[in-house]
Amino acid sequence: MFTNSNLLEFIFGRLSWDSLAFTHEPILLVTFIGVVLGGLAVVGAISYFRLWGYLWNEWFTSVDHKKIGIMYVILSLVMLLRGFADAVMMRTQQAMAFGANEGYLPPSHYDQIFTAHGVIMIFFFAMPIVTGVMNFVVPLQIGARDVSFPFLNNFSFWMTAAGAAIIMLSLFVGEFARTGWLAYPPLSGADYSPGVGVDYYIWGLQVAGVGTTLSGINLIATIVKMRAPGMTMMKMPIFTWTSLCTNVLIVASFPILTATLVLLTLDRYAGTNFFTNDLGGNPMMYVNLIWIWGHPEVYILILPAFGIFSEIVSTFSGKRLFGYASMVYATVVITILSYLVWLHHFFTMGSGASVNAFFGITTMIISIPTGAKIFNWLFTMYRGRIRYEVPMLWTIGFMVTFVIGGMTGVMLAVPPADFVLHNSLFLIAHFHNVIIGGVVFGLLAGVNFWFPKAFGYKLDPFWGKMSFWFWLIGFYFAFMPLYVLGLMGVTRRVNHFEDPSLQIWFVIAAFGAFLIALGIGSFLIQLVVSYLKREELRDLTGDPWNARTLEWSTSSPPPEYNYAFTPVIHDHDSWYDMKRRGYVRPLEGFKPIHMPKGTGTGVILSGLSVAFAVGMIWYMWWLAALAFLGIIVVSIAHTFNYKRDYYIPAETVVETENARTKQLAEQA
Amino acid sequence: MKLICRLSALILLLALSGCDLVVMSPSGDIAMQQRDLIIISVVLMLLIIIPVICLTLYFAWHYRRSNTSAQYDPEWHHSTRLEVIIWAAPLAIIIALGAVTWISTHKLDPYRPLDRIDAARPVTPETKPITIEVVALDWKWLFLYPEQGIATVNEIAAPIDTPIEFKITGSTVMNSFYIPALAGQIYAMPGMQTKLHAVMNKEGVYEGFSANYSGDGFSGMRFKFHGVSNEGFDQWVSQVKNQGSPLNRDAYLKLERPSARVPVTYYGQVENGLYEAILNLCVQPGQMCQNEMMHIDMMGGAGKDSAENRERLQYDTRWTNEEGPGATYPATGHGAKSHEGTEAETAPGSAAQPGKGNDGMSTMPGMSGHEGHDGKGVAPDQLNTNTKP
Repeated sequence: MFTNSNLLEFIFGRLSWDSLAFTHEPILLVTFIGVVLGGLAVVGAISYFRLWGYLWNEWFTSVDHKKIGIMYVILSLVMLLRGFADAVMMRTQQAMAFGANEGYLPPSHYDQIFTAHGVIMIFFFAMPIVTGVMNFVVPLQIGARDVSFPFLNNFSFWMTAAGAAIIMLSLFVGEFARTGWLAYPPLSGADYSPGVGVDYYIWGLQVAGVGTTLSGINLIATIVKMRAPGMTMMKMPIFTWTSLCTNVLIVASFPILTATLVLLTLDRYAGTNFFTNDLGGNPMMYVNLIWIWGHPEVYILILPAFGIFSEIVSTFSGKRLFGYASMVYATVVITILSYLVWLHHFFTMGSGASVNAFFGITTMIISIPTGAKIFNWLFTMYRGRIRYEVPMLWTIGFMVTFVIGGMTGVMLAVPPADFVLHNSLFLIAHFHNVIIGGVVFGLLAGVNFWFPKAFGYKLDPFWGKMSFWFWLIGFYFAFMPLYVLGLMGVTRRVNHFEDPSLQIWFVIAAFGAFLIALGIGSFLIQLVVSYLKREELRDLTGDPWNARTLEWSTSSPPPEYNYAFTPVIHDHDSWYDMKRRGYVRPLEGFKPIHMPKGTGTGVILSGLSVAFAVGMIWYMWWLAALAFLGIIVVSIAHTFNYKRDYYIPAETVVETENARTKQLAEQA
Repeated sequence: MKLICRLSALILLLALSGCDLVVMSPSGDIAMQQRDLIIISVVLMLLIIIPVICLTLYFAWHYRRSNTSAQYDPEWHHSTRLEVIIWAAPLAIIIALGAVTWISTHKLDPYRPLDRIDAARPVTPETKPITIEVVALDWKWLFLYPEQGIATVNEIAAPIDTPIEFKITGSTVMNSFYIPALAGQIYAMPGMQTKLHAVMNKEGVYEGFSANYSGDGFSGMRFKFHGVSNEGFDQWVSQVKNQGSPLNRDAYLKLERPSARVPVTYYGQVENGLYEAILNLCVQPGQMCQNEMMHIDMMGGAGKDSAENRERLQYDTRWTNEEGPGATYPATGHGAKSHEGTEAETAPGSAAQPGKGNDGMSTMPGMSGHEGHDGKGVAPDQLNTNTKP
């Protein structure tokens, strides 16, 4: 068709028919067909029910922090399924590939899978779900009507979604990085990873990173500037405190990631030598930089989970949180210390003994405030009246599981012990122990806890408990064998083994992954069953758990404006305080409410960012240039959009509030 | 309930006894001390972990809602005495563990020459250590014995009760040199040298491997470590000498090419200075050695003329331009380190034209007859004579 191959190359860069990976790999082909059929079904259903307009107006372009929070959580759950599918494939491969059996995944495919698993679980499952829950809960908890910068919030979400889309694209078009989730050079450099995989990695993370950083700025401003009158810093709910610390960490550390990836990009695209072996490059510089971001990152994930557990343990023990002040100080100390420990990720790269010992000891010091937190939760339960609702089960499961992960973490912090455990499956078991036992349990607890606030009905407790027990038992089956394997000297990222005595442990671990799959399945069933039984599970009070913080004082789901009147705070656990003092809901005197208006700019910018990334990844320079120009033009044009706000008329507010009054009266 | 607990503990013990926890029962003195450290830190932490887990389960059970006989005090949320304890108890543990860490990190620093062969025998001035130079290649291990003048691939032997000094480097990407029975690991990185001091105390054959993912052939990057008697070691050396071919620069450059699951290979002779050349990324004819470049830089640099040294310092691109242009992975079937040369990819290396060679470069252009650059002094003469083809 085209005789001029230069023209073809100009248009398509290095993209060709051969780049369509699913045409070579049967596994990918099946996945691809599944995704296409699933996608068509979803699109068909939306079209059939004529939901496009509704989705566009009410969700995609919405700047309402509640809806954006929910969209973040949905995105994260979709990506959880992808990341978990990768995990199952790895577990299956490792349980099979012994001796003569090479397993079903060649190294080139297996290496992409473990890289994708790490990247997706951290950046596109854990980060969006944490951001989503913070987005939904924080403004409600501090009595605000929205975040400080509502458009920025929408834009941040769509940039995160764009990053996820870029990563998902690599599944079918081209390949993903085969470097491990942190893409250490020189392996990730142009000479040792020449394909598009690392470029997908770089641009996926860069695009999503814009969203993460901006949402961090947004939430800091919100917490600092938009708290209800009377809510001093030391009266903020603990979840808001941990969110504040997390967002400070995001704003202080994500620019480092961005800069590091820019340097790697320059090495790959422009021939610079920051991280090459030759010409004065230093790959260890990358390792230092990436972990200066990477270590705070794990606290970015775990701190909000700590906050969620604090809210839950106090609510379901029917008791004030023990040691509020020490909890706050512990959080702040962890925030600061998280910047002083990064080198413990590479004790084995030959730093001197004093350097290693320094970073080992700073790492151990973090366990002191963390230990204090555990004790605080413990003594919150002491002399309480504990209700075993699903969120509380997750919390107890967390407390028992997390201390084990903490212990193995401190073991790894002793440099000479790290020399024998570094990069082993013991390490893998450790960080899954703290990330699943801490972050995942925490966020699933949070979803169960705040779901009635978001949708007006509780999640079905039976399937919630099924999900909890499958996850908990599955976790132990999946990761305790890895501790043992680590002590047997088995290292990570290996796709084939010789020693048959290892196999039984991998089989047990694969069984654990199967149990976790049932846990995830139960959670999805829980969502469906709860939707079907929503009338039965309906909560009309707005306070289904007899909870303590401000978000439970408004209706479930809250009206668009959250609070008709800005509440005044006198104590922490403010809703508990209001209930105790016989708070009376104001029934009149409503005024029009000033609200931000939705805009499609976020969606458009995010689409242009995907186009830009695709252009850069495949060397379609014209596309990259056009898309970049488009981003600039749309951004400038958006500044001329003056229709950014509107007033909810007083009549609408009266109507909404009267409906709620009626509901409450019916309840009583 | 108790029965189940005991039964499961029994099963666990049985299962564990059936497998070889090499990290917990190593055969070298360093690894044993590292094992002891693991045990000490676990015991120290269990002092706090076990009470916490027990209290969690007990409180969770005792203060359940249905137990109305338990005390309920919804306003109780502070106790200075308890607060002091919950901060002080972990602090005390960490102070103890921190002291252990500081001392052991210095004592077990891999760069520090050994001062004992095992718990009972110190190293005396008569103890003669052995040096082994380790190079991580794509995807195999090269071991050079400078004192014996031999080299091996994917097999290593050392006499027991003799301190071993490993000097470790790599050729392309990061690997980690790890023999769990002998001592903890240390990274093998190109253009850099790490060190490890260790000693093996029991005869036997032990597993060694790379503990840091390095690309397609990583899983097969394994070797055997033979701990042998002094006589056994002499025999092994003479066996290598008799069976092996010589390892010179050409042979190394062939060996260096990516290959996976390479069988054990012996080299009876090693060209002088090969390890130094590998470490300084200048085995290929025409390359400038990194230490020479650093020396020039230290002396004030070669100024504008250093641009002409650039292509002699291009190392990572040495394979990139050899293959014709190709598509990405699925089309070519190459591994992570396949080297395709689409136009933009070669851009970083476009300054380098390896084929062009280094005619007339026996003296370095940047170096010849330059008087001081901005008064920073005279650049040194060329140091390596490696550039003559």
